[in-house]
Amino acid sequence: MSWTEELTRARLHVVSGKGGTGKTTVAAALALALATGGRKVLLIEVEGRQGIAQLFDRPPLPYAEERIASAPGGGEVHALAIDAEAALLEYLAMFYNLGFAGRTLRKMGAVEFATTLAPGLRDVLLTGKVKECVNRTGPQGRHTYDAVVLDAPPTGRVVKFLDVTKAMADLAKVGPIKGQSEGVVRLLHSGDTAVHLVALLEEMPVRETLDAVAELDAADLRPGAVLVNRVRPPRLPARSVAAAAKGNVDDERLRAGLRAAGIDLDEDTLHGLVDETVEHAIRVRMEQSAKEKLAESDLPSIELPELTDGVDVAALYELAELLVAAGVR
Amino acid sequence: MNRLDIDPLIDDPATRVLVCCGSGGVGKTTTAAALALRAAERGRRTVVLTIDPARRLAQSLGLRELDNQPREVKVEGFEPKGELFAMMLDMRRTFDDMVLTHAGRDRADQILSNPFYQTISSSFSGTQEYMAMEKLGQLVAQGEWDLIIVDTPPSRSALDFLDAPQRLSTVLDGRFIRMLSAPARASGRGLLKLVGTGFNLFTKAVATVVGGQLLHDASTFVQAFDSMFGGFRERAQRTYELLRSPGTGFLVVAAAEPDALREASYFVERLSAEGMPLCGLVANRTHPVLAALPAPKALAAADDLERAGDAPLAAAVLRLHADRAAVADREKRLLARFTRAHPGVALVGVPALPADVHDIDGLREIGSRLAGE
Repeated sequence: MSWTEELTRARLHVVSGKGGTGKTTVAAALALALATGGRKVLLIEVEGRQGIAQLFDRPPLPYAEERIASAPGGGEVHALAIDAEAALLEYLAMFYNLGFAGRTLRKMGAVEFATTLAPGLRDVLLTGKVKECVNRTGPQGRHTYDAVVLDAPPTGRVVKFLDVTKAMADLAKVGPIKGQSEGVVRLLHSGDTAVHLVALLEEMPVRETLDAVAELDAADLRPGAVLVNRVRPPRLPARSVAAAAKGNVDDERLRAGLRAAGIDLDEDTLHGLVDETVEHAIRVRMEQSAKEKLAESDLPSIELPELTDGVDVAALYELAELLVAAGVR
Repeated sequence: MNRLDIDPLIDDPATRVLVCCGSGGVGKTTTAAALALRAAERGRRTVVLTIDPARRLAQSLGLRELDNQPREVKVEGFEPKGELFAMMLDMRRTFDDMVLTHAGRDRADQILSNPFYQTISSSFSGTQEYMAMEKLGQLVAQGEWDLIIVDTPPSRSALDFLDAPQRLSTVLDGRFIRMLSAPARASGRGLLKLVGTGFNLFTKAVATVVGGQLLHDASTFVQAFDSMFGGFRERAQRTYELLRSPGTGFLVVAAAEPDALREASYFVERLSAEGMPLCGLVANRTHPVLAALPAPKALAAADDLERAGDAPLAAAVLRLHADRAAVADREKRLLARFTRAHPGVALVGVPALPADVHDIDGLREIGSRLAGE
């Protein structure tokens, strides 16, 4: 099962995953895929890492939306790094005239103090800015962005991050931020939002993915697709995998086969190849069981290949193409 | 390349504390556990402080409950020459214990039931790092172990371990909270003159945003805490000094991936700026080739075999070897780039095990790979 009709209707695509699974890469590729065919997509990061800038090989992003890439068919991807401090000042400026004092307070660390005093406040500010981007309309009443992709915090923290209702329990019961957060809650819990999870075919990332699905369900947030990253091709014939994983590789047959190809190896090298084969087989079996586990989530799933040359801008387009081929639009 | 020799490091009686740092998902906890196991088997009385171990790893060390105290690892077939203790950090409990130890019963109750304390001690970003340092300080003070190995919290950035305690103490230092909760009393001081009415507006805005009750709770908490400890800042400073004392060493753990190595670079630079001793870089889960057969030759031969349609096993083996050689090349390139930028940093590559580790044998195997066996 790949991309669904329901996912096509989403306008906010939240991308999470265990640390080290390639969340930012997948979010960027998803933004390019969604922009393909002439759409305008905004890619947002919220953790102050400047991961998007690094990925697209550019200087750090300011707190402003900038065009960072074109997509096939006239599409464009813009990017924004949301900074909680800037968001708080921007927000306060809407209601109070802070002017020069705002900058001074920032320098003193007062803003960081306020955003850390109430742990939920930072998340409310960040998701509030995301909502503003998703809902913003141009002069003709058309949405400024056809879709917004959010490179969200990792699975361990994502539900807390998105569960604005809980965060608000700590904060003021009245006032402008209350009204704003109600809009955020509506957006995040609606069909306009899907939370995608990036996984690897390894035990821990799979378990974290399944835990995250359960947590999202419990918080009444909608899990979108599972994006399985860095999938490596199985090389051994399926029938040989089980035996090889137990260490049984027919080295005579292997030696004969290699000879047929004109390769004559000494004992050590041949044993090295056998060891590599056993490790490969163990991994293939583990990946197979990881896939079966992931299927329990009953979510649409798309596989993306391992890129041995590393991830550069060209590789992002390659991944985006694969996503489009899997039905992403 | 400067090779990191693990055995002389963990055997040296002068090595008392080893801190394993690195960004999330690189295998810090497993590395810390494997090092501790090896040190114990080589004769040292060792304790490993883990922060958030995967359940099965915790079980392999016999850590079934989170009781915040070191427990001796007693597993069948594990008879080390030294001793191995392990514990999982319970940050809430560490914080509670800290309050109970330093405050009288009544005072402690007052603090523990404060709603702001409850938020800070369970969900404040930075509390985990602060409490890990606090616990490390306690373990050192107990003086019961030859070697303490510390895992660090699973934060996005390795730097958080050094920065978060300072951040927490800044927030709890009292300056802002006192000003926000009693702006009238504080007015007239230089700071307020500087920002003038802006600050009053800010106070009002913050009170609107976070609520007056929370500010009041925070203020009560900080005042109670301040008088008890002479301030968070000094306390954080003391634990920080511990990391710079002789006998402490840092091991930076990274995967052979650009992001993890970039984080490792930042961390290495930071340690040197802070005058903290770096022992070296552990390049975790590498995939060196096990057979000396050039990849292009393997691929050409695989093509031949597949065209002829025979020897499918040999063709598959040649392809998987070429895949592995490509990965190995990339990893070597990335590590060489790191070494060029940090020529003085010793490094050891730890070849990946094909499956996840969750028993003593697996940890022992990682230990011997760490030692380059």
